[in-house]
Amino acid sequence: MVELDAVNPEVISLQSVSKQYGIETVLSNVDLNVQAGECVVLVGHNGAGKTTLMKLMLGLTRASSGTVEVLGGNPAFNASVALHKTLGYLPESVAFYEAMTGREVLRFYARLKAVSNADCEKLLELVGLADASKRRVGTYSKGMRQRLGLAQAMLGDPQLLFLDEPTTGLDPILRQHFYQLIDDLHKEGATSIISSHALNEVEARADRFIIMKAGIVVACGSLDELYQLASLPVRLKVSVLSGEVNNVAQRLGSDININRISDQGLNLSCSNEEKMPLIRRITELGENISDLQISPPRLDEVYSYFMSNDRS
Amino acid sequence: MKMLLTLALKEIRDGLRNRWIAAAIIVLGTLALALSILGSAPTGSIRASALDVTVISLASLSVYLIPLIALMLSFDALVGEFERGTMMLLLTYPVRRWQVIMGKFLGHLSILFIAIFAGYGGAIIIMILMNEGITDGWQAYVIMMSSSLILGAIFIALGYLVSVLVKERATAAGAAIGLWLLFVVLYDLILFGALLLDEGQVISQQLFSTLMLISPTDTYRIFNLSLFEGVSQAAGIAGVASGAGFSGALMLVVMLLWVIVPLAATLLVFQRREL
Repeated sequence: MVELDAVNPEVISLQSVSKQYGIETVLSNVDLNVQAGECVVLVGHNGAGKTTLMKLMLGLTRASSGTVEVLGGNPAFNASVALHKTLGYLPESVAFYEAMTGREVLRFYARLKAVSNADCEKLLELVGLADASKRRVGTYSKGMRQRLGLAQAMLGDPQLLFLDEPTTGLDPILRQHFYQLIDDLHKEGATSIISSHALNEVEARADRFIIMKAGIVVACGSLDELYQLASLPVRLKVSVLSGEVNNVAQRLGSDININRISDQGLNLSCSNEEKMPLIRRITELGENISDLQISPPRLDEVYSYFMSNDRS
Repeated sequence: MKMLLTLALKEIRDGLRNRWIAAAIIVLGTLALALSILGSAPTGSIRASALDVTVISLASLSVYLIPLIALMLSFDALVGEFERGTMMLLLTYPVRRWQVIMGKFLGHLSILFIAIFAGYGGAIIIMILMNEGITDGWQAYVIMMSSSLILGAIFIALGYLVSVLVKERATAAGAAIGLWLLFVVLYDLILFGALLLDEGQVISQQLFSTLMLISPTDTYRIFNLSLFEGVSQAAGIAGVASGAGFSGALMLVVMLLWVIVPLAATLLVFQRREL
């Protein structure tokens, strides 16, 4: 995780950004600041406004109100060609020129970014498309298209990556491979904005999550911050020596929350603040306790908490 | 410049790959050759050269064919990329929007250039060889080829305008056919119909000529048929243009405006377009 401090320059800054298509409001009052080197993950249902948010930052659409700044400039339309040299974008269900071969497609995009053909070959190798590069893109499978999409997003070592559902259509090994690539880019200081449904995949990688619902940012923060915001219970699984279960339960007192009780032990839950006192109380019971497992809430629980809660 | 070249080359490669260029060369070349062989028969009495007669028939044919080819190249150029989603990705690259349009325009214009000059040019070389090397009237032929390219440019630009305005490819195809019908068939039909009904009451010779000048296809036709004496005598059309006092330069300006205005309108719409 990257420590966020004043030293890191701001890469993206959105201030009370709203976007309407006709009468439909797709985004309302979104504030977002992203520091250099951060990995920010956008989560939310389809239609929550994640793609629109990315398009705003890429300059493909304009905000109806509010200001959008990317790398210190306005990304909108023709304002900043230089800016576009330093960013890479993988759209959701990426489309290519079907009649061209994989290599031709990549070289076409490479020329627009002044990247050499040799670098294209390296990227094709990296995403495992070297053998298929002479085939027409029209014959590619979903996974191969996605890989070609990744390759084009990585042209010219981008400083800022926008990845919209990047791992859909990739098999588990490729997914790992993909995150490896992203990690490598991060080590070089790249910033990335990823939208994803695969919560368990991104959980460990993101510095910050932005949970969106119907065009509104309902929560924003690191996983820890989100746990606190959601104040979801921490779960403890206490293994107890056989025959001692009732004894242990009695000695812990009546004020604790026991979810399940069995011969092997107890399943408890408590709030984050109560966690440490409870653990101390458990360890005071000495040798009767054979094991203690603590599981914090998972991202998908946090996510469904924010989704179910009517916070708008 | 490098951006424009990259974008233009992509269109040219597409044209080569899907055999568009080859097909257009064959169609234009075959027609030019067929017309020149057929057209050289009745030249005797008015002493027009074989090439002059060919220019007349080719110009008349080009009025139908070149706009059709140009529109087929261009109607899909923007809406197709919007619909497939390739435009969205392209615009995240360091290209300016005008470069996207102008790159495509250069590419499509090159395809037409290759088709016209290879097709018509190949035909004239065969003609000259068959006519024992008589090259009289070659200037008119070259002008005809060049103005055909401008006619093509006009309809590429109009095709783009359709392409940037509509939401679906099917609509663009329909609108392109409509444009073709309007400028190639309907405009003249309406104009002559009005002239007949009017019986010289409102529509003066001057007004009629001006109305002809407004249509890009008519201007192209008059431009080719009136510019050279040999051609205009053989075509018997000398009166229309010279009577109205249209110079070749004026007609050229009108044609170029027909390229520039739709192209500028396309740019304007595309600049404001959100993806």
